[in-house]
Amino acid sequence: MHQHRGGALWDLTARAGLSDTRRVSDASGDLRLADLGHAGNLEGGVETLRDKSVLISSARQLPAVAALLQLDGIARRLLLCPPDLAPEHLPAVIAEAEVDVIVSDGTGPGSQPPDGTTLVCLRDKLLPVSDIPRRNRVTDWLLFTSGTTGRPKIVVHTLASLTGPLDDGLAVANDAVWSTFYDVRRYGGLQILLRALLGGGSMVLSQANETVSDFLVRAGRSGVTHISGTPSHWRRALMTPAAREIQPGYVRLSGEVADQAVLNSLAAAYPKADIAHAFASTEAGVAFDVRDRLAGFPATVIGQPGAKAEMRVVDGSLRIRSARTASHYLGDGKVLTDAEGFVDTGDMLELRGDRYYFVGRREGIINVGGQKVHPEEVEAVINQHPAVQMVRARARPNPITGAVIAADIVVRPSAQGIPFETIKAEILEACRRVLPRHKIPATLHPVASLEIAESGKLVRPHA
Amino acid sequence: MSIRSTIIEQIRSICVSQGKPAPALTDGTLLLNTGLDSLGIAVLVASLEDKLGFDPFSRDDNGFFPVTVGDLIALYEHAPA
Repeated sequence: MHQHRGGALWDLTARAGLSDTRRVSDASGDLRLADLGHAGNLEGGVETLRDKSVLISSARQLPAVAALLQLDGIARRLLLCPPDLAPEHLPAVIAEAEVDVIVSDGTGPGSQPPDGTTLVCLRDKLLPVSDIPRRNRVTDWLLFTSGTTGRPKIVVHTLASLTGPLDDGLAVANDAVWSTFYDVRRYGGLQILLRALLGGGSMVLSQANETVSDFLVRAGRSGVTHISGTPSHWRRALMTPAAREIQPGYVRLSGEVADQAVLNSLAAAYPKADIAHAFASTEAGVAFDVRDRLAGFPATVIGQPGAKAEMRVVDGSLRIRSARTASHYLGDGKVLTDAEGFVDTGDMLELRGDRYYFVGRREGIINVGGQKVHPEEVEAVINQHPAVQMVRARARPNPITGAVIAADIVVRPSAQGIPFETIKAEILEACRRVLPRHKIPATLHPVASLEIAESGKLVRPHA
Repeated sequence: MSIRSTIIEQIRSICVSQGKPAPALTDGTLLLNTGLDSLGIAVLVASLEDKLGFDPFSRDDNGFFPVTVGDLIALYEHAPA
């Protein structure tokens, strides 16, 4: 295996400087990056894991980050296991990724390995190590796709594909403090972690079971300057007074369609921040971001030959080819790219004027009497109503048309005094102005909350 | 409110929401002449399910489909709630 051109994660992190202030922290502790140069927390040391396929299992993210820093360039494969992997999928995942060793702090989906799989303990505390290991191989980074049904597919990246060049102006000053609502074992969160580590900054991790308010307070105290999440994460964050606890200079959205309403809300909450919405997927990688605070993206982004990420629209969906694309899926019979190396994202686009707009996922289409509706396009209209905090449009089975659109609405705390019938009438009026009839919700329902999955995306029932 | 008046009110309200005049309705009025097309009837069935708590179409296994307003009212009135 040839030498990594850029070097392993630890080497690149160290090259960015190891000042005392550089830390990765969560609600329970923190890791001073400089300490990892001469200490480690893997029982038995890293050499026993050389050329092994390693699954990293922990409930908290911080132990997993420490393991990544120690093992990239040494292990053959690193499988980043998010905490919500269903236990019944573990044996199939281990088989598919040819896992030799599970590295765990005793928590997470892999903490009870099946027979035949070795367990290596990830200790709570760092202990000194005598030898500096050679980190000279290209390690495959295995990530789960963010699909919501069945066993997620495993996608193969390398550090190079995860950090490939992008002209997005985010090579920022060394004192940046990054954070994300995402778990860093998912693509969207991992992007932020890698920017913090390679860019010389620090990282504030979110933590399961911590309230959004507590997380925001902690992020504020840590002086977070750059923070990312899905539009659903942000809508939930903006519901809490603790949203005022952070003063980021940079706010990023990815993972779902960023509609104008959420962009406007963020601009109002953080008037001094740059607000960017990015398109990325685990398979296709980061393709581009948009910083003009407008929903959609300029049509000129599509079809530029030689761009760092080349994009085309085929049958309405976005296809991407770039150095950031994953190399393949693990397992048989699943093809990642088309014949020319483009990944079909399944994200459907519509051209309006000189901008493209994401209208939804291909598999999320609702059929109303033979006419197609993307729930996201209905949500984008309803989200503009000032009383609406969050909305989910869904298929409601119907004996006449197969389905009609129903909308579940979380009313903003400040609008709780307004009768729902009034809000409903105004929303329907707004829908009638801009949507064709079959896309207008037949029924609207007030709900106390809407579930957000571990992936940061709104949970959508499957019709 | 009775099932009958709920249905009449919902038909009128859906017509008005679609920018049509509220129709005069008798039991003999053909559903097709109320101003509701199939999407309108679909919306009607969904809102009646919310108002009345049931959807007689989902239970109907004899293929009977109401033709007049009176048929529709009878379908709801005779459905086991």
